[in-house]
Amino acid sequence: MIQAFNISKSFGESKILNDVSLSFEKGKTNLIIGESGSGKTVLMKCMVGLYDVNKGKVEYDGRNISKMSFKEKREIRKELGMLFQGGALFDSFNVEENIMFPLSMFTKKSYEEKLERVNFCLKRVNLENVNNLLTSELSGGMTKRVAIARAISLNPKYLFCDEPNSGLDPKTADVIDELISEITQEFQITTIINTHDMNSVLNIGDNIAFLYKGKLWWQGNKTEILKTDNNELNDFVFATELTKRLK
Amino acid sequence: MIKNIGRYVILMLETFRRPDKGSVFCKQLMREFKDLGIDSLGIVAIISVFMGAVVAIQTAYNIDSPLIPLSMVGFTTRQSIVLEFSPTIISLILAGKVGSRIASEIGTMRISEQIDALRIMGVNPASYLLLPKITAAVIINPVLIIISIVIGLFGGWLACLITGMVTPTDYVVGLRGWFEAFTIFYALIKTVVFAFIITSVSGYMGYYTKGGSLEVGASSTKAVVYSSILIILFNLILTQMLLS
Ligand SMILES: Nc1ncnc2c1ncn2[C@@H]1O[C@H](COP(=O)(O)OP(=O)(O)OP(=O)(O)O)[C@@H](O)[C@H]1O
Ligand SMILES: [Mg+2]
Repeated sequence: MIQAFNISKSFGESKILNDVSLSFEKGKTNLIIGESGSGKTVLMKCMVGLYDVNKGKVEYDGRNISKMSFKEKREIRKELGMLFQGGALFDSFNVEENIMFPLSMFTKKSYEEKLERVNFCLKRVNLENVNNLLTSELSGGMTKRVAIARAISLNPKYLFCDEPNSGLDPKTADVIDELISEITQEFQITTIINTHDMNSVLNIGDNIAFLYKGKLWWQGNKTEILKTDNNELNDFVFATELTKRLK
Repeated sequence: MIKNIGRYVILMLETFRRPDKGSVFCKQLMREFKDLGIDSLGIVAIISVFMGAVVAIQTAYNIDSPLIPLSMVGFTTRQSIVLEFSPTIISLILAGKVGSRIASEIGTMRISEQIDALRIMGVNPASYLLLPKITAAVIINPVLIIISIVIGLFGGWLACLITGMVTPTDYVVGLRGWFEAFTIFYALIKTVVFAFIITSVSGYMGYYTKGGSLEVGASSTKAVVYSSILIILFNLILTQMLLS
């Protein structure tokens, strides 16, 4: 379980997050939704410790990450996988080396054992025989899937995904949602997903938090979200023609 | 300015930590030996041979008194190349070639969040990215400079042979005369300091890149400018310290 207590974060004068408190449960897909620029990425980076918060704290199963030294943080980070919005694959490596990297860095496995794990992870994201492709040779969807494979290569206890399916066709987007939801249940991971895709929300939203203007505006699950009378959330949910018709 | 120096010092403290994994570090070091060393051999050779030839011709041109033996051309060429041309000029060239490469490589990793990805994994990005480059350059640049000196002296010999201003025999007599091992030591000390400047300053510029691809270009320009200026500055300081 990951808990965020009263997180506030500003860059210079502009206040991005204002007193956000949230908790995310194990084995569930926790979604953070909100329009573009509402602070989803910033919140995620605060939670993993890439940004220092101005106020508040983040606890991983009771361990306060905000107060830790680099060494202590490193122990938690070995249990943590993150999928960046842009993939953030290492472009001097090919696909196999990218996924193998955390294994080489933190395990004493032999090359064969590592390769087996790499191929397992690749298979898990429905990719095969791409081991020797360079990152520049991948399509957008493949990049995301390789990035997921890298994020899960060390069997993380905590998985952060920043817009795992933005920019993908609806079918691939679905495949990735399903995939994340499956591994979350299978390995009992605490998964947090940033998204503004209503499909994902209705598909895998076990626990949904709606950010609006840097504040936590609404919280609930995928059935509740369709019945809410919160105006800003309704504007967000029923913004597209498709969802309007659904209503 | 003060802020930059502070951040530079902090980055260096982060960099000089024990590598997270020895075997990975060795692999990276080998790669850097190739990228920073072997890949620079061509340009170092070309510049050195021409530089040596020009220095020899200019020296011969300037010595026209019958009282000075022609072997002085060999001696002067050697001193110029060993003391100044090879260590300083070649280091400046490498600042352009290697510095821009390092700054843009690391800058791109910064803006595409690869450095954040390293940190998330629990890797110390400064040490992982910079330590192999700095170590490799500090080891391989002295080798490059020795090669440059040898090729430069050969260039001078070639110039004598072709122009006939001095006989190659006189040139070689000069080359071998009045030799002080300390000059080589001085050249290598300079080279090591310059190698550290080039890699650490360029790494710093790349590491703190903010923004997009335009800023990566700006960082790589800054890397070349600042490391060149620092090389010139430290050339003066070291010369004052070691030769006076
Ligand atoms: N490093 C930074 N420095 C200054 N401002 C920043 C920085 N990162 C983000 N911001 C600002 O914070 C706000 C929230 O950005 P954030 O990236 O969290 O949005 P988001 O909700 O992830 O949007 P999207 O859905 O488009 O990814 C934006 O207004 C952005 O300009
Ligand atoms: Mg975002």
